[in-house]
Amino acid sequence: MSTTATATTPYNYAYLDEQTKRMIRRAILKAIAIPGYQVPFASREMPMPYGWGTGGVQVTASIIGPTDTLKVIDQGSDDTTNAVSIRKFFQKTAAVAVTTSTSAATIIQTRHRIPETPLTAGQVLVFQVPTPEPLRFLEPRETETRKMHALAEYGLMHVKLYEDIAKHGRIAKTYDYPTMVAGRYLMAPSPTPKFDNPKMHRSPALQLFGAGREKRIYAVPPHTDVVSLDFDDYPFEVNKFDRPCALCGAENVYLDEVILDDRGGRMFVCSDTDHCETRRAEGHRGEILGQEETRA
Amino acid sequence: MAPRVEIDGVSKSFVMHLQGGKQLPVVGNVSLDVSAGECVVLGGPSGAGKSSILKMIYGNYRVDSGHILVHAADGPVDVASASPREIIRLRRQSLGYVSQFLRAIPRVSALDLIVAAAREQGIEEERATKRAKSLLERLNVPERLWSLPPATFSGGEQQRVNIARGFVADHRVLLLDEPTASLDAVNRAAVVELVFDKKRHGVAMIGIFHDEDVRERVADRIVDVTRFAAKAA
Amino acid sequence: MTIDDQPLLSARGISKMYGQHVGCTDVSFDLFAGEVLAVVGESGSGKSTLLSVLSTRLEPTGGAVSYRMRDGTMRDVFALNEAERRLLMRTDWGFVHQDAREGLRMGISAGGNVGERLMAVGSRHYGEIRSTALDWLGRVEIDLTRVDDAPKTFSGGMRQRLQIARNLVTQPRLVFMDEPTGGLDVSVQARLLDLLRGLVADLGLAVIIVTHDLAVARLLSHRIMVMRAGRVIETGLTDQVLDDPREPYTQLLVSSVLQV
Repeated sequence: MSTTATATTPYNYAYLDEQTKRMIRRAILKAIAIPGYQVPFASREMPMPYGWGTGGVQVTASIIGPTDTLKVIDQGSDDTTNAVSIRKFFQKTAAVAVTTSTSAATIIQTRHRIPETPLTAGQVLVFQVPTPEPLRFLEPRETETRKMHALAEYGLMHVKLYEDIAKHGRIAKTYDYPTMVAGRYLMAPSPTPKFDNPKMHRSPALQLFGAGREKRIYAVPPHTDVVSLDFDDYPFEVNKFDRPCALCGAENVYLDEVILDDRGGRMFVCSDTDHCETRRAEGHRGEILGQEETRA
Repeated sequence: MAPRVEIDGVSKSFVMHLQGGKQLPVVGNVSLDVSAGECVVLGGPSGAGKSSILKMIYGNYRVDSGHILVHAADGPVDVASASPREIIRLRRQSLGYVSQFLRAIPRVSALDLIVAAAREQGIEEERATKRAKSLLERLNVPERLWSLPPATFSGGEQQRVNIARGFVADHRVLLLDEPTASLDAVNRAAVVELVFDKKRHGVAMIGIFHDEDVRERVADRIVDVTRFAAKAA
Repeated sequence: MTIDDQPLLSARGISKMYGQHVGCTDVSFDLFAGEVLAVVGESGSGKSTLLSVLSTRLEPTGGAVSYRMRDGTMRDVFALNEAERRLLMRTDWGFVHQDAREGLRMGISAGGNVGERLMAVGSRHYGEIRSTALDWLGRVEIDLTRVDDAPKTFSGGMRQRLQIARNLVTQPRLVFMDEPTGGLDVSVQARLLDLLRGLVADLGLAVIIVTHDLAVARLLSHRIMVMRAGRVIETGLTDQVLDDPREPYTQLLVSSVLQV
């Protein structure tokens, strides 16, 4: 799916005024220059509530141009309410082409997932971030967390991981799993599942993170080290799924559970809808789809 | 023989600020030398300042004037003017004090208490333990008590633990503040033997012994402290 | 046994003013390795202000504090940069608060509390961190089965012992203590003091302990500084000051206690 929209609104291009976009671009440039460092910016009121991606939308609005192709996903899916409305927002205000295809997009805005299809040089992945400060729930004082970042004092984060192992026998955190960026700054990939953490590591794409309510922007430039924290004897591990996607048969991908009926029937399918559809179009068949087609 | 302790012109009075600054003279112009291997016993009626003199030598009481030289292995220290650190080092290495009262430390066994006193002076563990056990035996402390904290011991048993503690290390100078008070004859004799041992090892001792029999046996000299009576200020 | 001839910490002319009000004024002393110094006085005497200045929690109005770092150099602690100062505070120094809630993370397990300093200086082996934490819990006499319980479920005495373990795990050379036995029951106090006395002697710690309790000073310290109205009015060997107090105020303090 690829459509072209014409700007039919009285708003400035991509909704934000030019001064605001310049201000945000400066913040983005600074963020790229200091990988993982949270740059404060003057977050604007957006025509959507906090928690719906106001940070990501402002970042996207500041970098988007008429020649871009935009993809928006929420939980890996292109067709959830949030994804659809943000996509429509930019179709309307930025006259930009939109797509659901990962490889066709130049800018991908996401709320959690990183697409299964590997990103390439020139692509920009924009994350919507609710809580940019990884130390926040351990240390409530902003003055103190800033100092901890300044001095790279990150022992406390390991205390949290220690607590997990002591309580659960393993590091129980499955999303927003803390990472070190370029060996210097501790970064929250919030609320990305830890399954996707390895995709951030040395990705050829530019990764930008926008937190609207918390007024922070941070970035991982292409080919930057993003290392998940762990212990020598409890190394970082991604969650493994014990079955392939029920629809496309893909293995080693992130799966969502879908309830089929009220008798306990369920299936596990790709959370990345584009990936699943692409595979099915290529003829791959998972367990359930296979059964249905046999029946038909 | 060169003296181990030289006391020269020492005087002491207490100023009782809570009683309108009343001056309480204790002793004046105390002068006394004690040589290695010598035991000097302080005599005189109670209240004459015997115990205060021992406390001044130990650095427990300050002095108003005069000098108290204690000759440690690495040179003399004037207790009257030494810094707290110097006094602490002197006490650890050279200057011991044996009183009849044990300041019991909860939860530390009698044996460990004595071993610790020897260890503080740098005597290694095995030798310290051997010495401590031998002392407890000589002072007739029943073996079943050795591993117990002395807090629950009888007064006499605590006193003997404390004596063992005072005698276990190799101090060059020992101050004995009525160590035999209220001991029975057998244990008094044991303490006398310990004092003789120390003399043989060249330890200089200054003591207070109320028991006349003990005093006669251990004293090389008896110094009547009433001659140091302070002149009223 | 040799005593180093260079002080570990040296304070010269320390003053702290709160506007017109004197916190403490003109305090000078040297503290040597392995030495325990008690600062005694009533509330408002300036002893806690002094402790805050010495431990760099408070900037003095005048005077200087220098410390012999692990590499042997004497450094002005207020000239250290923030990173050096914080590293010093969590490795070579300890601070035991009267209120354990200030010195502990109440929602983090006992093991995590003890392990935090280790992780802060780069330990990344869970098994080793945990066994070190267990070892320290044992040394401060906390039941090892409580390792995964948070201090909010601990009694006051246990919290205080946990705080001590948390501080000592990096083998500091100097520990500041602010009324460590304050607010505890008498029997709990005795046990804590006994434990502290043993640890201080075993580890050769230098300690600056602020207390209004002369019995605590008697049991733990080699030396005493008596403070009143922000000034040090008397100082000396602990047993000397307590048995032969010279200043009127010290005599009053000593005579006010039943038996120390």
